[in-house]
Amino acid sequence: MPKVAELTVNGIRRPIDADSELPLLTVLRDRLDLTGAKYGCGEGQCGACTVLLDGQPVRSCMLPVRAAAGKQITTIEGIHHPLQDAFLNEGAMQCGYCTSGMIVSGVALLRKTPHPSRAEIVRHMNGNICRCGTYLRIIAAIQKTAQHA
Amino acid sequence: MPDPIEPERYELSAPPTYRFATDRRGFLAMLGGGLLVVFSAGAQESGGRRRGAEAVPQDLGAWLHIGPDGAVSIYTGKTEVGQNIRTSLCQAAAEELHCPLASIQLVMADTSLVPYDMGTFGSRTTPTMAPQVRRAAATAREALLDLAAEKWNVARAGLSIAGGQISCPGVPASIGFGALTQDRALTRTIARDVAVSQPLRQSAPKIAARDFVTGKHKYTPDLTRPGMLFGRLLRPPAFGASVASVDAPALPGVTVVHDQNFVGVAAPDVQAAADALRQIKVEWKRQPVPPGAASGPGLYEYLKRNAEPLTGDTQASVEDAIAAADIKLQGAYTVAYIAHAPLEPRAALAEWQDGKLTVWTGTQVPFGVRSELAAAFGIPEDRVRVVVPDTGSAYGGKHSGECAVEAARLARAAGKPVKLVWTREEEFTWAYSRPAGLIEIASGVHRQGTVAAWECHNYNSGASGLVGKYDFPKQRNIFHPCQSPLRQGSYRGLAATANHFAREVHMDELAHALKMDPLEFRLKNVKDERLRAVLQAAADAFRWGHGPGIGIACGFEKNGYIATCAQIAVEENRIRILRVVEAFDCGAVVNPDHLKNQIQGAISMAIGGALFEQVRFADGQIANPRFSQYRVPRFSDMPEIEVVLVDRPDLPSAGAGETPIVGLAPAVSNALFHLNGTRLRSLPLILG
Repeated sequence: MPKVAELTVNGIRRPIDADSELPLLTVLRDRLDLTGAKYGCGEGQCGACTVLLDGQPVRSCMLPVRAAAGKQITTIEGIHHPLQDAFLNEGAMQCGYCTSGMIVSGVALLRKTPHPSRAEIVRHMNGNICRCGTYLRIIAAIQKTAQHA
Repeated sequence: MPDPIEPERYELSAPPTYRFATDRRGFLAMLGGGLLVVFSAGAQESGGRRRGAEAVPQDLGAWLHIGPDGAVSIYTGKTEVGQNIRTSLCQAAAEELHCPLASIQLVMADTSLVPYDMGTFGSRTTPTMAPQVRRAAATAREALLDLAAEKWNVARAGLSIAGGQISCPGVPASIGFGALTQDRALTRTIARDVAVSQPLRQSAPKIAARDFVTGKHKYTPDLTRPGMLFGRLLRPPAFGASVASVDAPALPGVTVVHDQNFVGVAAPDVQAAADALRQIKVEWKRQPVPPGAASGPGLYEYLKRNAEPLTGDTQASVEDAIAAADIKLQGAYTVAYIAHAPLEPRAALAEWQDGKLTVWTGTQVPFGVRSELAAAFGIPEDRVRVVVPDTGSAYGGKHSGECAVEAARLARAAGKPVKLVWTREEEFTWAYSRPAGLIEIASGVHRQGTVAAWECHNYNSGASGLVGKYDFPKQRNIFHPCQSPLRQGSYRGLAATANHFAREVHMDELAHALKMDPLEFRLKNVKDERLRAVLQAAADAFRWGHGPGIGIACGFEKNGYIATCAQIAVEENRIRILRVVEAFDCGAVVNPDHLKNQIQGAISMAIGGALFEQVRFADGQIANPRFSQYRVPRFSDMPEIEVVLVDRPDLPSAGAGETPIVGLAPAVSNALFHLNGTRLRSLPLILG
């Protein structure tokens, strides 16, 4: 089976030895101990595993690692963004399991659309599930971050 | 009357016959010097009620310790699953000790370190655990003041305590807690009559919240141990199927376990585990599925057919009173099985060392899981340690320890630590559901608007919230346990959601029959001042009476009073919830922002059960075990939500994680009737 020998994660080149069809999420979590991205569904439906690939949000549970080779992978561990403080200020979490994916998705939105409308936020974020139901606070956190940008 | 906390009848098995004293000498030695406040036998029990032989705990658990460095540590068996009790319990201690929140560390849900606790359910943390933490902290505060008075040789009355320091007029420097105890090891027992204060009603932020926005927090699936293997189970093709034969090839580096109906593997990585699983051939013997044991309209007749016979019902029949009433009404209401679908699925990491077992797992009942593990492996409980990291939600869905047992079984066979994380499909299929139920109501009402009599039968879904706060002069409310075709158990609010749905929709139907405003009709039938207050508060904030598609519902559960108003529209033959106002009275408010978060979250979660969630099943199989097939609320489903806190600082605080979920579904169903005359009596509310 073809292998992937190296990934660039959060700006650092990391040697790995992974079958090319393995999901990126598995490699990040089990090989590189980057556990901020979570398993939630394995079918790209919940967004808990979201990471950035060359700045674009992707569901790492479904992405074969070969598709990430040679690209810039950014995980929650590599994100330093005012949206994180906004989540704290708005209390935009309960159990926090979805939070990594929410922030990665939200940062991708704000980088592409610095002042999104409410409808744009909902459309962009709709693939991320918060089972605790903090959606309105997450929308508020994104809006507050945009206001202060 | 149902017990106000209704320990979950499906999940709580009988307590062990014996509970031997735990040897905590090692733990006490580890603490070293400082001030230790302990819980004593005879003091108030831990959260949840104890029964029989467990009535008095034989062991002393450490409740609060202040180290020589001044660090305050509190030990509790409660678990943090997103309800933010780590924060509220620390607030309780900090308020009594008059010290910064940051100087308090809460050690939670580690069975080797914390006192016995029945579990985190029934909204019991705030009403029972928080007062105990307060008493422990207040006992420590009094002891510290004694020490300071002794040190300075002054009267206690002149001392003041603030910011984690004790000061005395005329003494230039204040003194910290640690400096008072120094290296002495002092012990106090929680004083029963120690004075504690009411909550300060402060919105302290979630403790360690930054760890969640940076991905640093470690949930159970994020943990590793040296040499750890990854587990996977081969699941039966249907409920009740048993293993007839197993053919497993020997695979290098892979441990295969076949034990009765348990077939699983442990491998060096998840890929190897999945590959190994595919190479095992199992012949299964399936159980016949009784006719009707499937989701759909026939389910409710199936449940009623399979109800336990009624015994001991000696209450006078209310039939005569209903027959004599001006207007008579009957209605049948149903709720589907729904899944908790916590975003963190069941997970466990098990490690055996020298015959002792440690399991890290996300559960609401660490001591219950310890018992399960001890029973499964035939070892004493003191050789089992269960540790619960702050967990990715539960909603009543993590009262069981099957994943912990599975991981431990694999780890014992492999001789290495094993981590097992259930797939989403396993979580949907092999966890348990909120019970489905059929609720039949017959009522009679006087023309002037008061209910004369009420008879209600709940089949299968449960007794929580079965009896409302209305002043029905004659009523009979009966819960009929049934044989459930699906594994079922507790869910946020238990049956209160189903019972409130049935009662509040039926009340709306009565109001309509009387041509009376639904709010006015409710107020006419309830004297309870707190229920009236939340009804009025919700109606005022909502501006009740204006606009199309509006509905109202109210209720009482676990000492919380709730009223919900909703406005809806119908778009593409689906209900869209536009606006929700919910007023809630849970006694004295502890942390206003976290309380609002819980209420907003409960309303958001309730949208799923109200509009689209249902577990579909047939032939002993779940038909929709994925998020692509089982629709949960998303951003696009969110209405505008307004929360009105009806604060009662003069009353004890009730828990708030559950009750706010009960009002939405009936308010939405009633709003639909108001909009277009369609009356839906089944959850989820799906337009034909």
